[in-house]
Amino acid sequence: MPVVLAAADLDALVQALAGRGYRVLGPVARDGAIVIDDVRRAADLPIGLEDVQGPGRYRLERREHDAFFAFTVGPHSWKQTFHVPVERLFQIRRQQDGFSVIPDAAPRQRVALLGARACEIHAIAIQDRILIHGEHPDPRYAARRSDVFVVAVNCRRAGNTCFCASMGTGPRAERGFDLALTELIEPGEHRFLVEIGSDDGAAVAAELPVRPANPEEIGAAASVSERTAAAMGRRLDTSGLKERLQKNLEHPRWDDVATRCLACGNCTMVCPTCFCTEFEDTTDLAGETAERTKRWESCFTLGFSHVHGGSVRSSIKARYRQWLTHKLAGWHDQFGTSGCVGCGRCITWCPVGIDITEEAAAVGLPKKDG
Amino acid sequence: MPTRKKKKPKLAVFKFASCDGCQLSLLDCEDELLLLADAVRIASFAEASSGVLRGPYDISLVEGSITTLHDVERIREVRAQSRVLVTIGACATAGGVQALRNFRDVKEFARIVYARPEYIDTLATSTPIADHVKVDYELRGCPIDKRQLLAVLSALLSDRKPSIASHSVCVQCKLRGNVCVMVAHGTPCLGPVTHAGCGALCPTYHRGCYGCFGPAETTHTGGLEWALVAAGASHEDIARTYATFNAAAPPFRRAQEEQLVQIRPKEGGRG
Ligand code: SF4
Ligand code: SF4
Ligand code: SF4
Ligand code: SF4
Ligand code: SF4
Repeated sequence: MPVVLAAADLDALVQALAGRGYRVLGPVARDGAIVIDDVRRAADLPIGLEDVQGPGRYRLERREHDAFFAFTVGPHSWKQTFHVPVERLFQIRRQQDGFSVIPDAAPRQRVALLGARACEIHAIAIQDRILIHGEHPDPRYAARRSDVFVVAVNCRRAGNTCFCASMGTGPRAERGFDLALTELIEPGEHRFLVEIGSDDGAAVAAELPVRPANPEEIGAAASVSERTAAAMGRRLDTSGLKERLQKNLEHPRWDDVATRCLACGNCTMVCPTCFCTEFEDTTDLAGETAERTKRWESCFTLGFSHVHGGSVRSSIKARYRQWLTHKLAGWHDQFGTSGCVGCGRCITWCPVGIDITEEAAAVGLPKKDG
Repeated sequence: MPTRKKKKPKLAVFKFASCDGCQLSLLDCEDELLLLADAVRIASFAEASSGVLRGPYDISLVEGSITTLHDVERIREVRAQSRVLVTIGACATAGGVQALRNFRDVKEFARIVYARPEYIDTLATSTPIADHVKVDYELRGCPIDKRQLLAVLSALLSDRKPSIASHSVCVQCKLRGNVCVMVAHGTPCLGPVTHAGCGALCPTYHRGCYGCFGPAETTHTGGLEWALVAAGASHEDIARTYATFNAAAPPFRRAQEEQLVQIRPKEGGRG
């Protein structure tokens, strides 16, 4: 049964989580964007800020309201919390009669995600499928995912680059959370409808100054999600999309997008599901210690497809095609889901505003004659 | 496991037309300098000492560009004496800011600047080392990044191939979790077409990348124009941005030309 928390009491949630030993991570305004960082009190949240997003463009604007969660997703994603950008895996030290390998300790973290959106919860589930339950599990990722409390927030508005409704991943969080908040703002009344998704969630809710929700409040929360779903900035027709893309690997649109794409890799870096990594070995000057580091890699670099003799995907066309078809087609073959949750990050943070929904739609169309 | 071979490799640093900034990056490696002095014999390093050991050298770091006939001779000698030759900095890898002369009349400059231009003995161009001899590894930047220099030296000392990423600055920018200055602030940034290595230094301090590491592996400057113009840069601004430390690197040179042809003659101006 959902409960209601007054907006003025949101800090009680932050403190309850902190009190249980969670490091609370959530949206914070910094450097002109809403990023993910530590949230120590509810007042740290980007109150009254909205993001205005478009292809290759992002701006924060202050509004005449005091909503806590009126924005959508920013340049960061929870990927950086679990599938960290750079990490050392082990060191090797030279010894008198050989060498010793010193693995870095398994990461330990107890984190609460405050304000995870529906699309992001789906993105985490996709990475779990690959990095925990896949053929090549990553124990360090699994360790970081093992003690996580999720406070979902149902989006009050969709961004101009959002298309979760097309991907079946939002805007309402259906599962994968401990608590889910819907912010309800009416004249003179600002509150959260709180849904409980787990025993942990129920235990935390029991510590908060909440009361049972009435049917009007439950209805109001449902219509917030309905309105958001109807206001998606983009859409993508996914019916038969995988087949349409895989049949059109020589479509002229690939040449067209290659005249615009910079192969800069921003789209893969901001994508919450892209999981590719690269390993780098280093040694110290004295030749006594060696280290292996892992970091995010992108299929837009030449090195990504370097094999003996050179790069397999030397043209930008081939690299863009790899990215788009992996996300929207090959991912289904490999992992049984789409690799895209419709968060729109790759559209907003592409410096030249290349729009995956537009490119996919164009490639999926029959070739024009002549 | 055997310890590393006893005989210390000989390291030499050579300077051609340049400002010494890149060599100074080596001296700037304060913490590691003693370790380095332990690991190599410094055979020739004008910035650090006056002693010169004769070649051959195991590793030669070459700073600066080729601007005189004498340079052309000297770099061939350096190459002949060096097992591994690493060029350091924009001058050595692209001709440097002094390569702006490549597109102008150098005799004319000499007449304007010097009282006795006949004493000036210079080539019409400033060219990268790789135009003259085989180069094993290149370290970009104006100046180079000292961590990258140490990484390359450490790799060479362990007989390992150094890994020098040649993708865009954007990748490093995103690894640091920066907010993109171009998308979020409307600040023109050359990061998408610029070679990584600096760790996205300028964007980290909220400034656009100036391209001081030169063109990335598959630079697509034509595509970037859209974003730079959207960020309010004029064709003149863009042309000027490409005409700095790496002006003569072919992709940046082409990008500059692409912009210059788009600048319409100003009304009421000459021509
Ligand atoms: S894609 Fe959907 S769930 Fe994600 S931020 Fe946009 S509206 Fe919210
Ligand atoms: S492909 Fe783009 S829209 Fe889809 S999940 Fe990745 S960043 Fe989001
Ligand atoms: S799109 Fe590219 S970077 Fe992303 S998961 Fe696929 S291959 Fe990796
Ligand atoms: S699609 Fe955009 S973000 Fe992705 S590599 Fe191309 S230019 Fe960069
Ligand atoms: S700030 Fe510059 S370097 Fe960083 S991601 Fe944006 S365009 Fe690339």
